[in-house]
Amino acid sequence: MKIAVCIKRVPDMDVRFRIGSDSTSVDETGLKFDINDFDAWAVEAALQLKEKNAGSEVTAISLGPDVVQETIRKALSMGADRGVQLKADKVPFDGLAIATALAAELKPGGYDLILFGKMSPDSSNGAVGPMTAELMDLPCVTAISSLEIAGAKGTAKRELEGAQEIVEFPLPAVLTIDEGLNTARYPSLKGIMAAKKKPLEVKPAQLAEPQITVRKLELPAERKAGRIVGEGAAAVPELIKLLQTEAKVL
Amino acid sequence: MANVFAFVESRGAELRKVGLEATTAARMLADASGGGEVHALVIGPPGIAAKAPQIGQHGADVVLVVEHADLASYSPEVATATAAGRIKSGGYRAAIFSTSAQGRDLAPRVAARLGVSVVTDVLAFEVDGGAIVVRHPVNIGKVIATLAMSGTPAVFAMRPNVIAPAQSAKAGRVENVQPAVDPKSTRVKVKETKQGTSGKLDLAEAPVVVAGGRGLKAAENFKLVEDLAAAFGNAAVGATRAVTDDGWRPHSDQIGQTGRLVSPELYIAVGISGAVQHLAGMRTSKTIVAVNKDKDAPIFKIADYGIVGDVFEIVPALTAAVREAKKHH
Repeated sequence: MKIAVCIKRVPDMDVRFRIGSDSTSVDETGLKFDINDFDAWAVEAALQLKEKNAGSEVTAISLGPDVVQETIRKALSMGADRGVQLKADKVPFDGLAIATALAAELKPGGYDLILFGKMSPDSSNGAVGPMTAELMDLPCVTAISSLEIAGAKGTAKRELEGAQEIVEFPLPAVLTIDEGLNTARYPSLKGIMAAKKKPLEVKPAQLAEPQITVRKLELPAERKAGRIVGEGAAAVPELIKLLQTEAKVL
Repeated sequence: MANVFAFVESRGAELRKVGLEATTAARMLADASGGGEVHALVIGPPGIAAKAPQIGQHGADVVLVVEHADLASYSPEVATATAAGRIKSGGYRAAIFSTSAQGRDLAPRVAARLGVSVVTDVLAFEVDGGAIVVRHPVNIGKVIATLAMSGTPAVFAMRPNVIAPAQSAKAGRVENVQPAVDPKSTRVKVKETKQGTSGKLDLAEAPVVVAGGRGLKAAENFKLVEDLAAAFGNAAVGATRAVTDDGWRPHSDQIGQTGRLVSPELYIAVGISGAVQHLAGMRTSKTIVAVNKDKDAPIFKIADYGIVGDVFEIVPALTAAVREAKKHH
């Protein structure tokens, strides 16, 4: 099987973000970056398929400036075979602009499966996977939490609100990966060494003209300080009173 | 003046609340841009047409109904082709979807087919001259972006529970529409939709969410959380990632950065310390109550009201008190 995995370098979210002086970007000073969790699960899914299907090849693709090579190397150290950087000064917010560049790269690739994480925590938009599928006119199943491939046919599970869908699709296809499908492996020392020698091709990204402009970024309004009503079950009557008279939710 | 398109989400022959929210959002946008018409598309199996008046009452001037025996489950290809075809020929200023499992799948596909961009998880929107400007959380809600969408139509998906579905006496005219592709011929097919516990309120739609964390100590102790939810009568049960990872609850119950985003009227956190990953999924709740034994737990920093102490003592007392309070209403 020929499998492509599209991955994104994202900042660690466990910090207090600062807005840059242009007020349209996040100040990246001191932020730590790594592969998006959902994308790591997509890489893992690709590697598990590769292990089941002799002669398979896994390509990790990332769009962005040269720092994304680190992220591609991480996928290579997990076990992907080759990397492609679609070079761009920055990653635009506009999912269609990104999907256009990815589709241009993926279309001639002859991939059986193209995997994405279902979304990235930074832009939190979840658009690039399904948009790429549409631009390539490929079958697409989004946010899958189980996957089985048998020959040229696949079956996947999607979590809905309070329900699950079992979906069948033919290959080639585009899939986006939700939590629960697998646990991503850590790169082994051997894998890290091997990754250094794996091919990483750099090409200019054929981004489409963005149709979305970031006008402003701001920190959300702080919640007003709450209070401890009391300790133990004795505090329950006071809480009920506050929910009725102050919050008016009961 | 501009017409606005809304996609009304359904499951089986039932409308989902987010579908009515999208319709009302389209009404608001049409009115804000000088009073155009709202055209709302609903797709489903026989029986779905009977819901058209309800869609009209929520703001649609025209209800486009695709009713077909093979559309009991969501078909991404039928929905994409039918919605995109209609939007293209209708010349709409905007097309509004829902940020749900279905809407997250559908809105980007429709937008791509129309050659325009998309914003999901929209918190607010306004018309600003030539652009439609939306607010959208980035970095797991720790930063709010104001985005100008220059494409026409502007395709976006509203976050659930942000727009209150508003009803009027209007019914809207009904137009029957054929599916743009044969449901039998699609490449991707939903073989089965497994419903969870029937009648269970969905996390994104419930006005009250009661969520449990590791502080409950064991899967069976989730009964305390379920009892409290039952006492409210309009509450859904959620969980932290630690709990779903341990298999105490299904992954679909997980509230947080990698799970569900909720913003109910009232959120009650039981035995939840308040990891950043969890807070990302519930910080926009209107009122937050926390019960935890550790007075220094981060959850108390964002909770409006906290009680410190043993959840096994406090939660049953709270359940009894809520039941009592509900009796007098």
